[in-house]
Amino acid sequence: MHLQVSSVCKSFGYGPKTKPVLDAVSFDLHSGQFLALVGSSGSGKSTMMRLIAGLDRPSSGEIRLDGELIRGPGADRGMVFQKYSLYPWLTAAQNVAFGMRLQGRPKAEVRERTAYFLEVVGLVDSARLLPRELSGGMQQRVAIARALAAEPKVLLLDEPFGALDLQIRESMQDFLHRLWMQTGLTALLITHDLEEALLLAQQVHILAPRPGRIVRSVNADLDRSSLAHLRVSQPFLALREELASCLRSLDSTLTA
Amino acid sequence: MPPSEADPLKRLSFLRRFLAQPWVLGLVGVATAMLIWFLTTASGAVDNLFLPSPQAVWQAGQAQWQSGLLLKDAVASIQRVFIGFALSAGLALPVGIAMGTNPTICRLLEPLMGLIRYMPAPAFIPLLIIYFGLEELPKILLIFIGTFFFNTLMIMDAVKFVPSELVETALTLGGRGLPILTRVVAPFVAPQVLDTYRINMASAWNLVIVAELVAATEGLGKRISLAQRFLRTDDIFVGLIVIGLVGLVIDLGFRFLMRKACSWAN
Repeated sequence: MHLQVSSVCKSFGYGPKTKPVLDAVSFDLHSGQFLALVGSSGSGKSTMMRLIAGLDRPSSGEIRLDGELIRGPGADRGMVFQKYSLYPWLTAAQNVAFGMRLQGRPKAEVRERTAYFLEVVGLVDSARLLPRELSGGMQQRVAIARALAAEPKVLLLDEPFGALDLQIRESMQDFLHRLWMQTGLTALLITHDLEEALLLAQQVHILAPRPGRIVRSVNADLDRSSLAHLRVSQPFLALREELASCLRSLDSTLTA
Repeated sequence: MPPSEADPLKRLSFLRRFLAQPWVLGLVGVATAMLIWFLTTASGAVDNLFLPSPQAVWQAGQAQWQSGLLLKDAVASIQRVFIGFALSAGLALPVGIAMGTNPTICRLLEPLMGLIRYMPAPAFIPLLIIYFGLEELPKILLIFIGTFFFNTLMIMDAVKFVPSELVETALTLGGRGLPILTRVVAPFVAPQVLDTYRINMASAWNLVIVAELVAATEGLGKRISLAQRFLRTDDIFVGLIVIGLVGLVIDLGFRFLMRKACSWAN
């Protein structure tokens, strides 16, 4: 799998009211990689995600998946939204099965894979509950299971834990990290939380706002055997501080 | 409850729990109105010709029932309402969904519908009589005209408020047009569509009575207008109460359907 984003620009509006949102963004993502885009609001990171998902079209530049130009949404790019994306009339298990049923997979296979992915996200006991009966963290785990069950080549995570409480966020970060180790998925994470990005992603791109553009890319080659240790380890903290000051300087140039 | 609490308090909390039952206070309201009605007529303060006693109304109802008129009238009215409303609801569903999902269709039709919606349906009666005479068709069409535009616009609104995340998630799971309509949009709007039908059903009942007041050979509204000619206020009361009861049953039916079919939305 190779996701190729080349000089992508995106602007909204026409004529004099044109507002550039993304300016010549390029990056690559390969199989098994975990990549994060970090930026404050206005950095166009959600727009970038929608372009990759095929929900919007770039104004210029191109996005290719395994050489194929992306022309619209498809099951090869699974997406997890920040919130409100579970079908409220379906149980957790039916939500997980939803994509597979849209794809018309055989019933036995759907049942088997649903059970497997509920197990992977640790929600076997909640299979029959409706979304409103699940906590925010559980809902996001169902959403992740649903996206994975449809067998995407790449998982697009758009601020997946942005609406969760701080403690639950941490446990969800641990969960996502374990999931990545366990399933070898390829993931693109969008977040404004630098710590979250550094914890999970091997490669982090920093986006500057208005228009959104990559100003800094780092390989976060850190020892991720234990996230709890990583959170307080020296190299991690040093890297975080360095990038945090980079983000701050972007904000100050904005207000200056 | 701790055993130390005094007896009267216990009785009070029982009363409170009894009153907390959802239907109890409603019944109290109805019973109070009945009582006032009974006392007013029993006191002789109002001429029975204007306000018949509950007993007289009950007797008039029995007489209408035994003669078979009540059933025949009720069936005639219910039939008109159901045919007219079924046409309106059945057509409003696809049109409303089309308007809610497609901005072009919406821009094309919404101003037109917004305009017609404000034309009072009863004002169409003279036209309908000129076009279609005094048979069933004009009455059914009146109900259709009076409810179709409301049904459509309310369904359109429900469809417009389907969260985009739900549709976009389906797109990224490999979903396309029609399956998204049947598996995402339809189940999401089902409770609101049922509620729309429940609300507009009341207008359908209003309209069928209006239509029958103007021209009909049978029907609950026709019976009321005949009763007026002979100053039979007791028969008018029978008609009013039956219309209310039938409407209430239909309303409860929709609520029941909604609870059964859309339990997730409660």
